[in-house]
Order: sequence, then C-alpha cells, then structure tokens
Amino acid sequence: MTQQITIDPITRLEGHGKIEIFLDDEGNVANTYFQIPELRGFERFCVGRPAEEMPLLTNRICGVCPEAHHMAAAKATDMVYHVDPPRTAKMLRELLYSAFYVTDHATHFYALAGPDFVMGPEAPVAERNILGVIHKVGLEIGGKVINARKAGHTVIEMIGGRKVHPCTSIPGGLTKGITKEQQKEILELGNWAVEFAQFSLKLFGDIVLGNKEYLDLIVGDIYTHKTYYMGMVDENNHVNFYDGKMRVVDPEGVEFVKYAPEDYTKHVAEHVEPWTYLKFPYLKNVGWKGFTDGKDSGVYCCTPLSRLNAADGMATPLAQEQYEKMYETLGGKPVHQRLATHWARLVELLYAAERWVELASDPEITSEDFHTVPTETPTEGVGIVEAPRGTLTHHYTTDERGVLTKVNLIVGTTNNYAPISMSINKAASSLIKKGTVVTEGLLNKVEMAFRAYDPCFGCATHSLPGKMPLQVTIRDAEGEPLDVLKQFC
Amino acid sequence: MSKEKPKFAMYWAASCGGCEIAVLNIHEKILDVDANFDVAFWPVAMDAKYKDVEAMEDGAILLTLFNGGIRNDENEHIAKLLRQKSQILVAFGSCACEGCIPGLANFSPVNEITETAFSTISTDNPDGILPQTSYDMPEGKITIPTIYPTLRTLDQVVEVDYYMPGCPPESHQIAAVIDLVVQVLQGKAELPPKGATIGAGGSTVCDECERVRNEKKITSFRRIYDAPIDPELCLLEQGVPCNGIATRSGCNARCPSAGAQCIGCYGPAEGVEDYGARLIGAFASVIDSEDPEEIEAILDGIPDPAGQFYRFNLAGSLLKAAKPAWEKA
Repeated sequence: MTQQITIDPITRLEGHGKIEIFLDDEGNVANTYFQIPELRGFERFCVGRPAEEMPLLTNRICGVCPEAHHMAAAKATDMVYHVDPPRTAKMLRELLYSAFYVTDHATHFYALAGPDFVMGPEAPVAERNILGVIHKVGLEIGGKVINARKAGHTVIEMIGGRKVHPCTSIPGGLTKGITKEQQKEILELGNWAVEFAQFSLKLFGDIVLGNKEYLDLIVGDIYTHKTYYMGMVDENNHVNFYDGKMRVVDPEGVEFVKYAPEDYTKHVAEHVEPWTYLKFPYLKNVGWKGFTDGKDSGVYCCTPLSRLNAADGMATPLAQEQYEKMYETLGGKPVHQRLATHWARLVELLYAAERWVELASDPEITSEDFHTVPTETPTEGVGIVEAPRGTLTHHYTTDERGVLTKVNLIVGTTNNYAPISMSINKAASSLIKKGTVVTEGLLNKVEMAFRAYDPCFGCATHSLPGKMPLQVTIRDAEGEPLDVLKQFC
Repeated sequence: MSKEKPKFAMYWAASCGGCEIAVLNIHEKILDVDANFDVAFWPVAMDAKYKDVEAMEDGAILLTLFNGGIRNDENEHIAKLLRQKSQILVAFGSCACEGCIPGLANFSPVNEITETAFSTISTDNPDGILPQTSYDMPEGKITIPTIYPTLRTLDQVVEVDYYMPGCPPESHQIAAVIDLVVQVLQGKAELPPKGATIGAGGSTVCDECERVRNEKKITSFRRIYDAPIDPELCLLEQGVPCNGIATRSGCNARCPSAGAQCIGCYGPAEGVEDYGARLIGAFASVIDSEDPEEIEAILDGIPDPAGQFYRFNLAGSLLKAAKPAWEKA
C-alpha cells in the first residue's frame, strides 16, 4: 500500500515535467516517477525533407540552444554527403559554437543555478532569482551578464547569419566567411569573454567555496550518484565541444570505451517505459538494470561535470589550471557529487572563451575557402556535438537524392533522464521520512537535484522550451493525493 | 495617464523558446515594457501565477503576445483563458500565426509520430511499447496528457487581433511594435485595423534583398551546396529554390544576405491567401520554358515539394493537414 505525491506546474497544467512520489505504509518514499508529458515528432516529420535543410529544421527543436542542433545537423549532413569541410569552415563553426557556449553557460550560472548559491537554498523564493543575485553582489554583475549575452549573439549573427536559428551551415561547410574587420571585433569580444569567465570563477570561489555550508552541500551524499560519464574528447583526450571521439569512463574514472560518433549505436541504446514520452539512454555493453547507479548499471551521465570526468584535461591553459584546482579541492577524479556540475560549467565557460580567442586569432579564419562542394552520392551520416546539456546525436539516412528516409535524434538532456530521475528519487527519499514532508525545502532541494543537470526538456521532448515548471504530488498508501506542491521556474 | 499601468502578458504554448530569446534580445528596450506596463504574466521572466490570471476580470490585460501552436489540451485551455482576459491578443511568431516547423507534423497521423519515436535505430523496444496516457504502476496509477491529432494555429482556436510573423520575429521589429503600442498609450498614434499583420513589411523578402536581380529565367533548380554560390547574384536566378519571392518582408532579407536561401519563416506576403499556391506559381513563372512537360521536369528538381511550399505554414494553410492526419483526427 502506498501514498502518492505529484509535482506539476501551476501555470502550465500538463505540458511539463511532473513528479509523482508514492509513499509506503510507513510514510517513507516507496518510489518516484519523473514524467515527460509531450512529444513533437521531429524524427517522423523530417523524413521526406532534404538532408541539407536539417540544420535549419532542427534549430526549431529548441530556441534556447539552436546552435547545438545546427552544428550536429551540419556534421551529420557532411557525413551524409561524404564531404570534409575546409579547415576555415570547421574553425568558423567551432568559433560560433564557442561563443554560444559562453552565453549559454553564463546564463545558466547567473540566472538559474547561481541564485541557489549566492542567495542560499533556504532564501525566500522572491529573492532566489537573478535580481536577488544582482542586489546582493552589485548591479555591475547584471551588466556583465547582459554583455556576455550580447557578445555571444554578435558572434553568432556574424558567422551564422542570424541571432536566433543560424542559417549558414550546409553540407561541406558554410555559405559565407568573415572579413578581417569582423575578425578584429570577434577577437576583442573574445578577450572580454575570457576576463568575464575568470571573474565568474572568482565569484564562485568567494561566495560558494568560501562558505563551508555550501561546500558541505556540494560534497554531501544527497546529490551523489556513482555512474558512468560520457564526453567528447580531442586527440589528447581533452574536452572538445564541436568535434572528436566519444569517451566513456566507469564510476572509478577508468576509460570504459572510446568510439567514433558513427559507432554510437554499438554503444548506446534507449530504454522505453510506458509512462512517459521520453526514452532512457544507457550503455548497451553494460545493459539496462533499472534506475540504479554503480558499475553494473548502464546508466551514464553527460553534463559539464561528466565531460570533465571523461577527459584528461582542458585544451587551453587557464581552463586547465581551474580543472586541476577543482579536482584537487574535491578529492580527485571522478567527482560524483552532482552539485559540482556548477563548478565544472564555469571551467567550461573559461575554456569556451579561451577557445573563442584561439580560433579568432587564426590567420586562416578569414579565408575564402569556407566550402567544399560535395561530389559523392549521399547515404548516411552521424553528427555528434556536445550540447551544453549533454551529448547531442543526429543520425540521418537518405536516398540517392539526399532526401531523408530515417532520422534518429538523441538530444542532450535525454542522456541524463535516468540519472535525473535517480537524483530526484534520492532527494525525495532523504527529505520525506515517515510521512513528514519538508514542503518548502522539498521543492527547492528536488529542483536543485535536477537543476544541476541544467535540463532542457524542450530539447528532450523536441517540444518544450528550456525551462521546467514542476508539480509534485504526494500520494498516500491508498493513492490519494496528500499534498500538491507547485513551482513555476 | 492613469495611475495604474496597463497589463502586459506573454505566453508560450507549443514552441521552442526562440520567441522569448528574440524578446530578450531587444536588450534595453525591455525597460520600455517595464516602464509602460505592469507585466502581469510572463512565465519565462517571472514567477507566474496562473490563478491570478484566472481571477482577473475579462479584458483586464491590455496586451498579450502569444507564441507557440496548439498541440494539446493545456495549450488550448490557456489560449482560451488569455483570449478572455486580454483586450488585444497577438499571435506572436510563426508557430502561433501559421504552425511553423512543428506544423509539418500535420503530414502524419499522430500514432505514426509516436511509433516512429519509439522504434528508432537506437531504441531498445522489442515489445513495441508505446507511451500510455494512463498506466498502473505497482504503487498506483500515473497519467500523461493526450496529444491532439494535429497542430493548430492560434486563430484556429480563438479570435486573434493581430499577427506578428517570423521565426522568430526580428528583434528590431519587436522593438518597433513596442514603440507603437507605447505611442498609442500616450495618444500619439492609433492601432492598426483589427486582423492586421504587425511588425513586418507589406511586400516580399525580395524587395529587401540586396542581391542583384536580372530578369529571372531558370532552366533547372539546384541545391544550395552543389556548386559555389555567387555572393552578389539573386539566389533564385542561380537556381536555388529561395522562397523570398512569396514571403513577407520584414526580416531585412537576413538569410539571403548570409548566402542562404529564404526558407519562408515570415509567412505569406500581404494579400496571399495560400503561401504554397503562391510560391508554386512564382517558381513556375520564372522557369524558362513554355512546354508544360519541361516545366514539370524542371519543377521535379525540387526534391521535397510538400516541404518546400508548406515548410512553415502547413497548419495555417488552406490544406491545414495531410488527409491521413485528419482522418485519424
């Protein structure tokens, strides 16, 4: 006999994440279910469309991270057409992508995750937002965050043609290059971004690491899961967002497998449950063992922290210093404490900014050689990039005209569906004992459990925007609702 | 001006969030919204109280920008609620105006959409399990909502006062509309006639495009990637199926300026009833042939006519959906 708790949004009745918590006769948590209630069907309706439109069509999966879909689609169509873009095209794409990472990671840290730390998890809801952060640490920071967004979007528009939903990637490269004047402006903005990233890490150090209570929260058991970790690495096993091989390490941090993107189906499969519209990816060669962690469970995670765990280091000097500092402080690799993801995100922010400068400084970045005309018959291709929220896979099969016959998408957040579900279960179980529900703390601590993953169920369901309002329903042993907690985020 | 500021609302239904990003990209202009309006309901920006909206008197909100299409019962419910509470309801962005890319789902019955998603190459689903709207777990029953058979535009569900096209609407257009509304509030301007398209131009993307145009004569269509693109010449004249010729102006020809074809996100040009029909006619008229068979052969060079002609506006077109999608409905 069980009781049931539901988390569902107040403003959006059904189109959102929903958490059901069932209690047993003792009033302890019997089980939790995290449901994704929508599906838009890109995998179906992209069939019949020309492959070269995928960088444009799949942008519309998510207006928060269209750049990630644009790049994964661009790489997949390169492979469909068996064409290797010129060096300049690859650099320009990665430059756009680095600028995007800076805006995206900055927005997450300051607007979404930061408030929990800067204001404290117990702070009143009215203060636990970006405005609260600005009031506490100064208006100047608000200005910096706005500037970071502006700088990133300027670069995205210069290379991608538009601020939202870029349009310039085609099979074999890009439709345009950049001028020397643009290069100069991009470089200046990049240098500013490096300073901004360093400032953000310093702020994190002062406010979070300098506070024992927060540090304890980060290293505490409530947000810890020992799973496999996945991330893309370059030839030196350093983190790369745009290109490389997929590397997976086991819960002890030992390399489990390293594979080329086109081999993903040999290593990753998606488990199905009948009570949700989203699937649960797992490592095929370990197997699906349910919502459980450890070496015998195929559950893996890909987040900023996972990428750092799966790599041997960062490819740029300042980020590498911060990488070393993080692992030193947290007691070595891998780090399993999910809240450390916020720290890892800032290390990645610094890497993205440094990479931005590196690419913008390359003399070939202004070359007119930005497209290779494909000459072979299109067949099949896989494109993988690291989206901010996890590994993003696009896989297309076409007929001889390049018209799509099959489409498979495994998007960033989907990879983390099982780990997020497990984190929610653990947070709920530790906060509800014998029917005593810590209602105010519960919502935010459960939210903190999934906020660390920066979930974007817009991407995951190919349907909803980046934010996740929740409703938690707590049900008793008879299945009757005991309490309904609602949060709109 | 009255002591109380008029109320403003913005809502996302089945959308990608890009419209919200476009609004945020007006940067400091957002302060004008704040100075002139009481932001009563805007989920992305503030802690929204749905019940507060329900409790409002009818027409209490002066202006609501509604983005996203209508995909499920929740979308429909809020569309009806906001219609009731708003004096001016704007279909904001391509999804609300005409269905946008998610509207392409209307080519397929909804069961095919689910079945495809749950049988892809990486899906481990030997028993063909599909999501159930109500499911009995050992601990009790859990439910998920039903998806509607087709995606509908906002004006297929409620009455709409104005249309603001674009995927997403360009930030300079959003800023211009905010300016206009502020002027109306100050009695310095009048609202356009009901049903008008706002935040866009009255002509076509071609009229804003700086590429060089000659007399268009096409002997074949090509793909954007299959030869170098002339950076100066009209894309359609180069044989690239650029949709600018039938698409409403207002974006400053952003994609053609970046070397990419217009894909039609600003919807039908002024006075065009059906976008696809207009575009087919426009393409046919630039083909350099009088021979119907040859014209047809040249049109065959477009690999995906259905997508080419109804990429953004299937849901809002006369067609609305493919027959199988309706039948299942």
